[in-house]
Amino acid sequence: MEAFTAHTGRAVPLRRSNVDTDQIIPAHWLKKVTRDGFEDGLFEAWRKDSSFVLNQPERQGATVLVAGPDFGTGSSREHAVWALQNYGFKAVISSRFADIFRGNSLKNGLLTVVLDQKVVDALWELTEADPTADVTVDLEKRQVLAEGITADFDLDENARWRLLNGLDDISLTLQNEADITAYEASRPAFKPRTIQA
Amino acid sequence: MGRTLAEKVWDDHVVRRAEGEPDLLYIDLHLLHEVTSPQAFDGLRQNARQVRRLDLTIATEDHNTPTIDIDKPIADPVSRAQLETLRKNCADFGVRLHPLGDVEQGVVHVVGPQLGLTQPGTTVVCGDSHTSTHGAFGALAFGIGTSQVEHVLATQTLPLARPKTMAITVEGELPDSVTAKDLILAIIARIGTGGGQGYILEYRGSAIEKLSMEARMTICNMSIEAGARAGMIAPDQTTFDYLRGRDHAPEGEDWDAAVAYWKTLRTDDDAVFDAEVFIDATELAPFVTWGTNPGQGAPLSSSVPDPASYEDASERHAAEKALEYMGLSAGQPLRDIKVDTVFVGSCTNGRIEDLRSAAAILDGRKVADGVRMLVVPGSVRVALQAVEEGLNKVFTEAGAEWRHAGCSMCLGMNPDQLAPGERSASTSNRNFEGRQGKGGRTHLVSPQVAAATAVLGHLASPADLSEAPATVGV
Ligand code: SF4
Repeated sequence: MEAFTAHTGRAVPLRRSNVDTDQIIPAHWLKKVTRDGFEDGLFEAWRKDSSFVLNQPERQGATVLVAGPDFGTGSSREHAVWALQNYGFKAVISSRFADIFRGNSLKNGLLTVVLDQKVVDALWELTEADPTADVTVDLEKRQVLAEGITADFDLDENARWRLLNGLDDISLTLQNEADITAYEASRPAFKPRTIQA
Repeated sequence: MGRTLAEKVWDDHVVRRAEGEPDLLYIDLHLLHEVTSPQAFDGLRQNARQVRRLDLTIATEDHNTPTIDIDKPIADPVSRAQLETLRKNCADFGVRLHPLGDVEQGVVHVVGPQLGLTQPGTTVVCGDSHTSTHGAFGALAFGIGTSQVEHVLATQTLPLARPKTMAITVEGELPDSVTAKDLILAIIARIGTGGGQGYILEYRGSAIEKLSMEARMTICNMSIEAGARAGMIAPDQTTFDYLRGRDHAPEGEDWDAAVAYWKTLRTDDDAVFDAEVFIDATELAPFVTWGTNPGQGAPLSSSVPDPASYEDASERHAAEKALEYMGLSAGQPLRDIKVDTVFVGSCTNGRIEDLRSAAAILDGRKVADGVRMLVVPGSVRVALQAVEEGLNKVFTEAGAEWRHAGCSMCLGMNPDQLAPGERSASTSNRNFEGRQGKGGRTHLVSPQVAAATAVLGHLASPADLSEAPATVGV
């Protein structure tokens, strides 16, 4: 995973709530067996509409998505995160994310930032009025900065440390091999097994 | 202070706890299917890792599998490639797999419980959000992403922050025509699609205790639609009776030891939940969705709401968008909504009791002209049982299509899809835009409402079939 310290880019204001993962990446894209090549599937249904915000020329190359509440609800598909990243997004801002989506995004280095809806509203107004406005997401300072806007955000220290250092979860867990083996030795005999190992 | 059911199961699985870090949780059962696993197996290969516990891992094929002509090669080359990838991965790594054509094949959340692998007090994960289904057994069960699938394959653990707990207490007797599906749709409408976010829900109270295991699974299945991490129901005699004698249920002394442990899995009287919701079961009625998320629902006897009636601007906007997509207008009685398609199936309502209750309504009746009805059992075992009981005949004589087991029209990954603009009454769990096929419009309903709707051609409950020759309701 790539480390994330701070990122500055233009934004895409997405004035929709409850953007579920079926909208982010429709099911037929899930047949791919790789982690890349999902960019054309991102918001596929909405992109057929020429007035959809992602289709506007001034939004090309934008890297920060500012979305409505309950972003990423629904299916656990990590493809939603890959699609956002493949398209070029580095950070998503919303007042509330679905849990699984948020976990998936942080594991892949896509920073999901929770801000008060009032700040999201301000970011929408700013970036709708001025599509060239830069938005900075600074993970070291835990701050989102834009013209006239400075907002602190929370992220638990452990997740932040892993993102800042680009650390891979599996290697970290495997450092606790002794604990895992000890736990396994104490598991009751009645626990189910799929095969006799 | 006492602990809640969720806290007990959580604590029993902590491998390592350290200040400032998420708990490292042991996973008892890992279920795999073809959609969310290919990139995880790839990750293992790239890092020269093995599957740590093959004996706690099992795979089935469900999302991409066709429900007709299953003996022929799968027509869609991309679906075929994904199934072949799963087969190769399972063969390479030694994972037990139930492929299309196998007697244990089916939707992953139907297969786990019916094999007796889903047990009280276990941790169950799967790269699928409806893993919450397994919580009906008092298991802590939740959906994970592909990176976590790889993590569990490699380590049999997951680093996780403990969610908060919410009690959803349902007291009183459910009225005759009201099913578990109506109850969960009403709960989601009440707390919202984000209402459970950050919580493990525990469904409790006299109405829940009376439910069968299958009804409990329907409820826990849809916990994720309220945004919850998981949903749980304390195990009791109903749970033990369901499990006893199943393939992977403990036997002999192990059974006794297991039951003794399972009986401890109840929320202590002095435990405190972080949030509580109370529902009066006696006030509930058949419930359907009108919008494009599972929280946009209302009693069948009511009308499409007016977006202007929402105080919250984003809810109002969401309702406007939903009505536009659904082709509905405010004030339209829900009963007047005509459908083209009725789907009975999925991990929410594709089990034997669901098929029985739909068949009881269709018996001696006909599916309305111009309506296509698909009945898709959740697993091959469910299908075999239905055939043994003659339910498939009831469906086909009524004019419905009896299909092979799989996810089918629950989501548009296999050939069973809605055409743009088509409208369905569906026993599945998601009415998102395009979920059942591009441009398709979905109304979530119970199996009983689905069957009555098929007969009348518009959203209806069994009570609307007054000229009934057959016995109505279950
Ligand atoms: S039946 Fe539907 S919800 Fe259940 S696992 Fe299959 S696609 Fe997912």
